[in-house]
Amino acid sequence: MTTIDNLVQIDHVTFGYDRSRTILTDVSLQFPRGNVVAIMGSSGSGKTTLLRLIGGVVRPQSGSILFDREPVDPSDTDKLFALRRRLGMLFQFGALFTDLSAFENVAFPLREHTDLPESMIRDIVLLKLNAVGLRGAASLRIAELSGGMGRRIALARAIALDPELIMYDEPFAGLDPISLGVTANLIRRLNDATGATSIIVSHDVDECFQICDYAYLISSGRIAGHGTAAELRASEDPEVRQFIRGEPDGPVPFHYPAQPIGQELGLPS
Amino acid sequence: MNPLNVLAALGARALWLLTSLGHASLFFVELVRHTPAALRRFDLSLVQIHAIGNLSLVIIVTSGASVGGVLALQAYYALDRYGAAESVGLLVALSLLRELGPVLTALLFAGRAGTSLTAEIGLMKAGEQLAAMEIMAVDPRSRVLAPRFLAGIISMPLLSAIFSAVGVAGGYVVAVKLIGIDSAAFWSQMQDGVDVFKDVGNGVVKTIVFGVASTFVALYIGYESDATPEGVAQATTRTVVISSVSVLILDFLLTSLMFSTRP
Repeated sequence: MTTIDNLVQIDHVTFGYDRSRTILTDVSLQFPRGNVVAIMGSSGSGKTTLLRLIGGVVRPQSGSILFDREPVDPSDTDKLFALRRRLGMLFQFGALFTDLSAFENVAFPLREHTDLPESMIRDIVLLKLNAVGLRGAASLRIAELSGGMGRRIALARAIALDPELIMYDEPFAGLDPISLGVTANLIRRLNDATGATSIIVSHDVDECFQICDYAYLISSGRIAGHGTAAELRASEDPEVRQFIRGEPDGPVPFHYPAQPIGQELGLPS
Repeated sequence: MNPLNVLAALGARALWLLTSLGHASLFFVELVRHTPAALRRFDLSLVQIHAIGNLSLVIIVTSGASVGGVLALQAYYALDRYGAAESVGLLVALSLLRELGPVLTALLFAGRAGTSLTAEIGLMKAGEQLAAMEIMAVDPRSRVLAPRFLAGIISMPLLSAIFSAVGVAGGYVVAVKLIGIDSAAFWSQMQDGVDVFKDVGNGVVKTIVFGVASTFVALYIGYESDATPEGVAQATTRTVVISSVSVLILDFLLTSLMFSTRP
């Protein structure tokens, strides 16, 4: 049996920000090298927390996280920073540095982590901007960019150092149909062209299924289902079906827990 | 009112206060630890010195001139009673150098530069810019916080010096040009009575201490603020209040140590 080469491996991880609130319970995920894997689930299910665990921002209460077969250890700062130089992250709203121009934003990781001369940095930045179709916007200030453009500049910044792992936090949220198509296309093309591994956290089922090789569905801190797009679409599991088909009621209830409405309105029973 | 509830609330408040103080102390230690990095990337600190220092010049100069002029006026009325009107220059200079220069500069600094630091750091945190920096393996404490801390410590003594200088000039205009005190007496009494180490030196020490305190408070409150409009608004007011009170308390402590009457 051939062992799959996983760039990232999450094994039986349990995590909560404090003792009263457990976000993830005994979850295990694999991210094979060169694949695009989607992590889907409703808001608050713990998807973004998984990205923070992989990046070493937080530490799990139990279980392990391996990056390229090495454990991710937030307490070893040098090793953690060395790991972070191999990954790029696209934040939900871009998280661009508002005091710098688009060019300066993309140049930031190059200036901080390399000793390359300015001429070379300029070439690399223009190439990255070209890859996302925004070479002409290089001199614009962040405030002058639209939401979709800002997200693409942030993507150019995330790939500036040619990372092995690119993580996307809700890359499709709030985009118009054209930008949606452009972004999905970019994610897939970048992944294949650079040989990187991509993790997409999203609740946009259709866009994810179009570009991902594999997907996990997280619900209430557990893995509710996983598989390829076809497998998940055909799944009979009620939680998976409700999410994939967008049904308003099912295992995830429509109503926030409350007393019966008759009681609340004081109606005679 | 259940007395147990009151006690519990008081206890919780006390615990919260202690936790905050501890948290703030750790933050201060981190700031100091990363200051050498800010010295190595002095270009970043320079940008901040311009933002904190240069852009505060208008308010410092106008306030300095006004305070100096008012001091001269009030001092003249008081001193003239005892026939000591010619000592106005000395009184204005000593008041400015020892007290009003450092303290008023620190209060104005808290209002102008402190609030802008708090809002900027708070909004950067809210916009995930600091988290983005961290995930790019750049320590925001070295890149963002320490340069601002260093800039505050450097700017404050310079601003205070300008305040005092402009204040003396304002006092000169009022005392000599408007009231008519002898110019020679004005300057010579000042020259005789002001000691470089005791008066100017102590004033400089005060400004450095105030600079450390105000900048640290502004950065800490900004860093810990809530990522909402109300959170940032609350944070900026808290910065002004806590900075100002800290400066005044520190001033009292430092003055008692520096200018005690015991030999």
